[in-house]
Amino acid sequence: MPVDPVLAFYGDLAFYTALVVYLSAMVLHAIEYAAGRGETSAAQPVAVACAGGGGLGALTRPAEPPARAPRSRSERAGRVAVLLTGLGAAVQGASLLLRGLAAGRVPWGNMYEFTSAICLVAVVAWLVVLTRQRSGAPGLRRLGIFVLLPVVILLFLAGTVLYAEAAPLIPALNSYWIAIHVSAASIASGILLVAGVASALYLVRIRSEARPPARSRIAARLPGSTVLDRLAYRTTVVAFPIWTFGVITGAIWAEAAWGRYWGWDPKETVALVAWVVYACYLHARATAGWRGARSAWINILGFGVMVFNLFFVNIVIAGLHSYAGL
Amino acid sequence: MPRRHPVLAFLRNTWRGLTSMRTALMLLFLLALAALPGALLPQYSLNPGLVDQYYDDYPWLAPVLDALGFFEVFASPWFAAIYLLLFISLVGCVVPRTGEYVRQLRGVPVATPRNLARLPHHTRATVDHTAADTISSARRRLRRWRVAERTEPGGVRTLSAERGYAREAGNLVFHFALLGLLVSFAIGTVFGYEGQRIVLADGSQFCNSGPFAYDSFTPGTMVDGTGLAPFCVRINDFEPTYLPSGQPTQYRADIDYQGSDDLASGQWHPYQLAVNEPLRLDGARVYLLGHGYAPEFTVTFPSGQQRTGVVQWRPVNLATLLSEGATTFDPPGVTDPAHLRERQLAITGLFAPTAAFRGEMLTSAFPQPFAPAVAIDVLKGNLGINSGRGQSIFEVDGSMVESGQLQRVARENLRLGEQLRLDDGTVVRFDGVTPWVSLQVSHDPAQLWVLTFALLVLGGLGLSLSVKRRRFWVRATPPGPDDPDGLTVVELGGLARTEAAGYGEEFDRIAADLVPTGTAARLATVGTSGDTSGRKDGE
Repeated sequence: MPVDPVLAFYGDLAFYTALVVYLSAMVLHAIEYAAGRGETSAAQPVAVACAGGGGLGALTRPAEPPARAPRSRSERAGRVAVLLTGLGAAVQGASLLLRGLAAGRVPWGNMYEFTSAICLVAVVAWLVVLTRQRSGAPGLRRLGIFVLLPVVILLFLAGTVLYAEAAPLIPALNSYWIAIHVSAASIASGILLVAGVASALYLVRIRSEARPPARSRIAARLPGSTVLDRLAYRTTVVAFPIWTFGVITGAIWAEAAWGRYWGWDPKETVALVAWVVYACYLHARATAGWRGARSAWINILGFGVMVFNLFFVNIVIAGLHSYAGL
Repeated sequence: MPRRHPVLAFLRNTWRGLTSMRTALMLLFLLALAALPGALLPQYSLNPGLVDQYYDDYPWLAPVLDALGFFEVFASPWFAAIYLLLFISLVGCVVPRTGEYVRQLRGVPVATPRNLARLPHHTRATVDHTAADTISSARRRLRRWRVAERTEPGGVRTLSAERGYAREAGNLVFHFALLGLLVSFAIGTVFGYEGQRIVLADGSQFCNSGPFAYDSFTPGTMVDGTGLAPFCVRINDFEPTYLPSGQPTQYRADIDYQGSDDLASGQWHPYQLAVNEPLRLDGARVYLLGHGYAPEFTVTFPSGQQRTGVVQWRPVNLATLLSEGATTFDPPGVTDPAHLRERQLAITGLFAPTAAFRGEMLTSAFPQPFAPAVAIDVLKGNLGINSGRGQSIFEVDGSMVESGQLQRVARENLRLGEQLRLDDGTVVRFDGVTPWVSLQVSHDPAQLWVLTFALLVLGGLGLSLSVKRRRFWVRATPPGPDDPDGLTVVELGGLARTEAAGYGEEFDRIAADLVPTGTAARLATVGTSGDTSGRKDGE
């Protein structure tokens, strides 16, 4: 099937538009963050409760709901930032859709599209987390800037280094399994990005909770460490079975395409390594002495392995997954 | 307790240490760490050529790594030691847990705690039902829970309920399925085989009659090469499709096959063999893995006799299918080995399906044979075929050239149909092009088991991560003799036994059902039910 160049052009246009929209959302989040000084005093007791209570106290809701007061500038900036993030996700979704229509196939056939899909999943997962969170976790929205930062970096890399023209699939990828295996891999990767960000911020946060508040202004405005820890855990728990499914469907596809279901191809090996690291994370949270900071480090390591698998293994190591349009 | 033998104590402590969660965690880390060199370093099993390259690049390091098994990580004893220890640890952990789980399934939910107000979820209310009515309506509401009713002094009735046993079941299934997965993987490796073979796509046949039928054959340790499924395939044609850019879009071979049932009748069945669409036959699978071209040369010897050679050449550029190879000829009518060694012919060089010449340099512009050409050397002399050394079919024995026993007698570029004449009158003509396909035959008797266990792993994981184990208690205290209202005090308590938060909402729903809205005004709520946020009992 021939590629439709017009649709492909608009797909790329939407991609860059989404990138700009995300950047704007980041700027607004930054304004919210910087102007959030007035609210930090309100958030402070929560933080102290976290540090002291180490558990149940963390989720004590603020005594008076802040919604009653007229919205402050930071509040408005934050709300618009979330709206912009949603808009960016819609535009980015349109970009992938147009890509798929232009090439007449699923829009994750090379690394440009795959990276874009992972970012879209990460942003959508983040928005889902936000909407499911009612007043329970004050300040969660401020994490937006830290979720968007890796997303914007990845999208920039996708749009520059990894960019590939819309084209049909090569024969090895031409299978219905690409719709199943690759979508599972990108959904899991996107959610794990949010988990990794939450764990990294958790580490920042517990360091600031151990120190006098004056010394860590940025960290003091993060949500409490318990909220961050739970966000990391809950996203990982959702993503881990999806990743497992992705690895299993990858093996089923490999059986049909390469003559064996498991051949220790670098991509397969590192996918298994990432799986084992996340299994470590889940076990660590049930092991005395490994909860908290150590678990968070493992979660970050897990995401590091995912990134390594996406870039280094595909680009540097010669393996069966080294198509990518590079 | 009598003192145990020190050896027994040592064994017991070792076992306890090995099966502890901390050790399992360490072994998991080690497994991840040990697998990494398998991805980062070249592996013999994947690409021996890259290992050779590594030897050239790091001549001092490569032998050390090789001796330590780093080029064959997944067959190395240290990798096996890690995963075997891990699985022993897993068994030591999961078997006792299974016993414990069975005991829990047989047992009844634990007694109601004395002070329900200390639980993370708690509600207290007064109702005008009797204690017995309260308990029976709670039983109806908690129909799908495991419940136990108890009585306490003073006519107090309690109900203990527990739900979410599937969590631990999923957890156990997950771990046992991992074990099954490992065992099936091992069985498949031991009893399976893999063979590769290049077949010309001109109606040539290939039969799975034994290891000798293959160009390369990798049997499992229990496979001796006899008793392979006796099927045959015939490659009629190979039709790749390409974009104008040269990017391939489809590889498809038109084949016929005979299963073991057809061998007597001699009947052939048609099949379209394509990438991603293997032929599954008699427990084996036939794959289309690669393709290339075999240039056809006709040699007319001075005696007038003709010989035609069609031998596969191997692609050196996978995008344009520029290929290299060697097609060899024995002169006809020569039986004396000494004579033969002076007059063997070899045609070696490059083949381009769509020729593009840069000066005299032959390159290929497109992978399909639109304008085939060859750039060949014709060598004459002793090919060294009887030297006893291993020979590649894609090149002549270089040592024969170096020793002067094989000499170049012509070098020429030929397009399709063109010919060259040697000094002795021999004529070499480039006559045609035949595509070839490389097939792989794989047999793995355990792969359905691997799939089954993989799905169990997934199902168990889903259950154990999504189901919440939670407890619910009701205590109904009848009014005392001097109570003026005569109301029953109902206390409800809830506890999630697992990390996943969110039990609070369910608790609130059940509590609202148990304490009717009419009495809600009289609800004497002591504590709101907040999320447990990571609290587990027993911590």
